[in-house]
Amino acid sequence: MRESSSRDLSRRKLITTGLAAAAGAAGLGVAARMAQKYGLVPPDHGGIYGLGETLTYASQRLLTTHSLAREFSRSQISKPPLANEMPPLNDEFKRLQAGGFADWRLSVNGMVARPASFSLDQVKSYPSRSQITMLQCEEGWSYIAEWIGVPLAHVLDVVGVLPQARYVVYFSIDPGWWESIDMADALHPQTFLAYGMNGGELPVGNGGPLRLRLPRQLGYKSVKFITHMTVADSLKGFGKGLGSASPEAGYAWYAGI
Amino acid sequence: MSDAVCVSSPGSAAPAATATARHSALVRVTHWITTLCFFALLVTGFEIVISHPRFYWGETGNVLTPPLFKLPIPSSRSLVPTGYGYVMPDQNGWSRYLHFQAAWVVVLTGLLYVVSSFFTGHLRKNLLPHKADLSWRVFSKAVANQLRFAPPSAAGAWSYNLLQRLAYLFVIFVLFPLVIWTGLAMSPAFVSAVPATVNLLGGQQSARTLHFFVSLALLLFVLVHVVMVFLAGFRSRMRAMITGRAGEHMEHT
Repeated sequence: MRESSSRDLSRRKLITTGLAAAAGAAGLGVAARMAQKYGLVPPDHGGIYGLGETLTYASQRLLTTHSLAREFSRSQISKPPLANEMPPLNDEFKRLQAGGFADWRLSVNGMVARPASFSLDQVKSYPSRSQITMLQCEEGWSYIAEWIGVPLAHVLDVVGVLPQARYVVYFSIDPGWWESIDMADALHPQTFLAYGMNGGELPVGNGGPLRLRLPRQLGYKSVKFITHMTVADSLKGFGKGLGSASPEAGYAWYAGI
Repeated sequence: MSDAVCVSSPGSAAPAATATARHSALVRVTHWITTLCFFALLVTGFEIVISHPRFYWGETGNVLTPPLFKLPIPSSRSLVPTGYGYVMPDQNGWSRYLHFQAAWVVVLTGLLYVVSSFFTGHLRKNLLPHKADLSWRVFSKAVANQLRFAPPSAAGAWSYNLLQRLAYLFVIFVLFPLVIWTGLAMSPAFVSAVPATVNLLGGQQSARTLHFFVSLALLLFVLVHVVMVFLAGFRSRMRAMITGRAGEHMEHT
């Protein structure tokens, strides 16, 4: 009797453990499927740092979908705003700069109803907004400036984003610098195509004539000298498929940290 | 085997029945995961800091603003004037990936440890000081003993002394929460959802500076902790934390 009850016990334990393990594995599988479905998996999720990246992106995406980056008072604007070092700009840029950027174009294509190419004047003709927000570099330094521009959501509205769109990929005139963001960030009211700073034109050192401003992520996502954007439902076809130039250089795609 | 005999020697604070269980499996596993993560966070944190070894107070800071203080080390980025004629190899990419991954693992591990220590009695039995020890007299005596490097009592193999308990409680309930808080306060996305995280600290650069000092405090704790393990008997203490068994008499006595 005693022996049989202890055998029962061990069998029960075995079954419970097995069930718990199966439930755990199934739970993880379902979680992964759900995360994929709701866009909670970053494009650079492969490799040994995928766990941390996915946890960060998923939790911040859930927590911060509608939250606004902190805005500051005019008296908190950094004087002067730091223009950090940048690689020598190419001949194409110098040519456009010599012409006062009159010929600067921003083309938008991909999953949009009306692909378009805008001049700077056209971009500036849209309702302008301003925000006094912090630019934070992954190196550790930061500054606060007033950024003037048009919300990216407005431009996306003009070209008519298709419902299956999931990402906006954006390119600098500097061929090595391109990034992408999900639609939550692309449609966020503080995501700007910025052309002005602190009441004036956006200086070249700070990304002029046109810079993407994304105050809820680190500075390297705020690509300078924007000339082209593509709306896409997947990031697989861009570069190595990791989402942007940053992961190809060893840096995280999602930089809300 | 022969240890089991040693363990039941008189004067041991633990009853013979628990002679082979100094640290529970949960304590041991979380201890070593935390150790691994701390090392990863320390190395990568240093790599991240050397890309801008200047510290500020308030919201913003950069090479155009006066620093609170600078580390007298070369930088890994040319933007920073350090007085050295060269830059260090830049290791920021993988350092940042690993820093945040190790942070996730150590936070989840820490949560498991803290929550379970409420339920298993680990907190009450092993960490909270005994009521009788909560007096200035006992505390000052413990400090005096420590400063004289008095050999640990036999009970030391079985239970934490007053100063150990206070140090562990401080690390678990003050330094760890602070290092997590100051870390989150540097995240532009996180503070967009919870602005008080950074506002209460006086700004994003203040948070970075505080994160640095709390990390130094944790490093100091780890160094003292390791020295104490050596003084108390490296082999027996390591064996207790790896296998869970204690009982060998103090090696140095």
